[in-house]
Amino acid sequence: MEAKINIQDVTYTYNDKPALKDVSLDVPAHAITVFFGPAGGGKTTLLRLINRLNDLVEGTRLDGRILLNGKDVYGQEVHVPDLRRRVGMVFALPLPLPMTIRENVIYGLRLAGVRDGSKLAEITERSLTQAALWDEVKDRLDNPATALSGGQQQRLCIARSLALEPEVLLLDEPTSGLDPISTAKVEQSLFELRESYTIIIVPHSIQQAARLADRAAFFLMGEMVECRDGDDIFTQPRDRRTEDYVTGRFG
Amino acid sequence: MNRHLSQRIGFGFTALVTLVVVAPILLVVGIIVVRGIGTVNWEFLTAMPRDGMKAGGIFPAIVGTLILTVGTALVAIPIGIGGAIYLSEYARDNWLTRAIRLAIVNLAGIPSVVYGLFGVALFVIFLQFGTSIVAGSLTLALMTLPIVISTAEEALRVVPVEFRTVSASLGGTTWQGVRRVVLPQALPGIITGVILGLLRAAGETAPILFTVAAFYLPRLPSSPLDQTMALPYHLYVISTQVPGMPIGVQYGTALVLLALVLSMNIVATIIRSYFRRRRQW
Amino acid sequence: MNVRVAGVERIVKRLSGLRRVRRAGGSEFAIETLIRVLGFSTIGFVLLIFLFLLREGIPVFFETTLDNLFGQQWYPTFDLLGTLPILLGSMLVTVTAIAIALPLGVLTAVFIREVAPEWTRDVLKPIIEVLAGIPSVVLGFFGMTVLAPFLRESLGIPTGLTAFTGALLLAYMALPTIISVAEDALDAVPKGYRDAALAMGATEWQTIWRVVLPAARSGVVTAVMLGMGRAIGETMAVMMVTGNAARMPLSLDSLFRPIRTMTATIAAEMGEVAQGSVHYHALFGVGIILFVLTFGINLMAASAILKKRRRGGLR
Repeated sequence: MEAKINIQDVTYTYNDKPALKDVSLDVPAHAITVFFGPAGGGKTTLLRLINRLNDLVEGTRLDGRILLNGKDVYGQEVHVPDLRRRVGMVFALPLPLPMTIRENVIYGLRLAGVRDGSKLAEITERSLTQAALWDEVKDRLDNPATALSGGQQQRLCIARSLALEPEVLLLDEPTSGLDPISTAKVEQSLFELRESYTIIIVPHSIQQAARLADRAAFFLMGEMVECRDGDDIFTQPRDRRTEDYVTGRFG
Repeated sequence: MNRHLSQRIGFGFTALVTLVVVAPILLVVGIIVVRGIGTVNWEFLTAMPRDGMKAGGIFPAIVGTLILTVGTALVAIPIGIGGAIYLSEYARDNWLTRAIRLAIVNLAGIPSVVYGLFGVALFVIFLQFGTSIVAGSLTLALMTLPIVISTAEEALRVVPVEFRTVSASLGGTTWQGVRRVVLPQALPGIITGVILGLLRAAGETAPILFTVAAFYLPRLPSSPLDQTMALPYHLYVISTQVPGMPIGVQYGTALVLLALVLSMNIVATIIRSYFRRRRQW
Repeated sequence: MNVRVAGVERIVKRLSGLRRVRRAGGSEFAIETLIRVLGFSTIGFVLLIFLFLLREGIPVFFETTLDNLFGQQWYPTFDLLGTLPILLGSMLVTVTAIAIALPLGVLTAVFIREVAPEWTRDVLKPIIEVLAGIPSVVLGFFGMTVLAPFLRESLGIPTGLTAFTGALLLAYMALPTIISVAEDALDAVPKGYRDAALAMGATEWQTIWRVVLPAARSGVVTAVMLGMGRAIGETMAVMMVTGNAARMPLSLDSLFRPIRTMTATIAAEMGEVAQGSVHYHALFGVGIILFVLTFGINLMAASAILKKRRRGGLR
């Protein structure tokens, strides 16, 4: 598998305090990569650097490079909205926009200038199916999205990102507020999506990390301790700290 | 003295004071209604004045106030909302933003008569609009601007920041996010603020004293460079400068102005509570 | 990538001073520039107002002596432009108004927030908002036709158009502001203070009087400043009830005699001046005084509020 994303010597400081220190790793295409570790490790920060969502924050400094398909994400000619369409993000809390279900799904498309009604409808059905939500909402697409349950809203957010056909999908603790059934549905969708997308996920538990990971990276206090295949890192961690965390000695 | 007795007295005293504060408000409104309602009829509202203003109606004054209010809205709304969007969505925390906020505080505190002076100096004389609807509207708009900006910015701020983040993560620019998500959600609050600002403009006399207002015009204004009558100015003149003006006409005029302003207030309040209930966040 | 787009990027970067790169589409850039301009416009307006006030007001310093301007007689028709009477007139009316409004406002705020049951709030607040909405000319009219005669009869004074009448009206006009700020100040007092006092056996009244109010003191000071700013700038209501006599308020019973404020002076005389005359420039000079005064007061009040917000005091 060739690397989809290369993270090279990234150091990121916020108000002179380092949130990430010298992080380097490669994210393979068509696989699920997991960033795991205790709170404050920098996992969410790193995710937000990949789609440049942290551009909106003042007082920060970035050293190092992040390459997508070999090109620097922070390069001069990068069109940031375009980048964010290619690298989609799902947040920890379900955040439906205050609109109908249909409008939520096609929001990104409308922003990109897609107007053709039939195309929009087709993409809506496809994305909702990929997010395992289509059957539950297909006859109430024009209801407000806030009327859905938490789990449904989160799958709506996934569908919303998928509608733009991103190359990469970033998920930040997407199932943290959800019940086990919804969580299982989301995880199942991720397995199926892996075929066509590159997925990076910050799981909300070690167990979820173990379930999902093709590759996994352990983060501790801004440092990336080790990054290996999912099977190996949980059963035979090389670093003492990883082993302590995985076995529950801290966290 | 027993502590509980002194508490009773203390509480009672504050209740008394509140009564002293609230009762006169009802008194003022009540007296104006009671003494003015006799004069206010369909003719009073729709006819032109006769007999040196002592009879007939105050139609041109009502129309004049409406025209000035519309003129004020046309200028204050775009500038005010634009400024509010800048402060809420684009401004960073630096000296420039602080200067802008200082300027708004300043504008909000300027006495209305000083706005009138400025209006004369700039619009009437320097820009040579003369005493005209244009001059009066621009002066009123400037006075209304800080109110519109403050309330509109507040309405924008209240919209959860998550919406902006989500919009950005789906490839939206700042403006797209504002236009498609934030602004529509903030609209009820903005409209409420605009109405409150406009009702203030409708009731003000000092800014229009020397920039537009005329006491007696034989015809309704036909161009923006005309003068016009206006309710607040009309009330001022007929109550202080026209001997022999029937008191009923004075109270009637006061009642019409009061009713206009209070009904705008009620509309704004209704809009605010209606949309607050329907909020999706 | 064409050079024009690159140029746009450079301008955007310099304007916003950021490291980030943004390439905006043409119309989007136009809209965002427009918004920026509108944002800066407020500064422009303030400067413009100050500029024109200066332009028309400064000449008065060249057209007459300082002795005249700081003199005690304002009779423009005789070229006497002593601003002291109207300055002191504004002060007298304002200070009296605040002296009336402050206790009324604070005690009402205490009643609404601390004493009265919740449902009364929904009745009282709208009524107070009505007061805030009444145009000043309507209040002035009421003052003239109802309040002044009433005061004349009940106080046995020659005329009801006095400084006191004006102060009374002004007090009521400032009340909504003072009540609102006082309410906020009371709310901001940490619940812990009240709980501690009550736990030590104080009655609620004692708690309010000895603990909550003192803690809310700075908020009350802010209320005073905002109220004063409002009162000094008020025009129509005072003009219609203070009798408009520009006399020096030198004794206590000046309170119950006619007086004139700076605002009323401008409003009353602006219509009669010849443009460019000394009188005309003098009125603008008074306008400058008002501009600076209200700016100073509101600045102090606003920075007090801002400081509290940063410290987490006010909600």
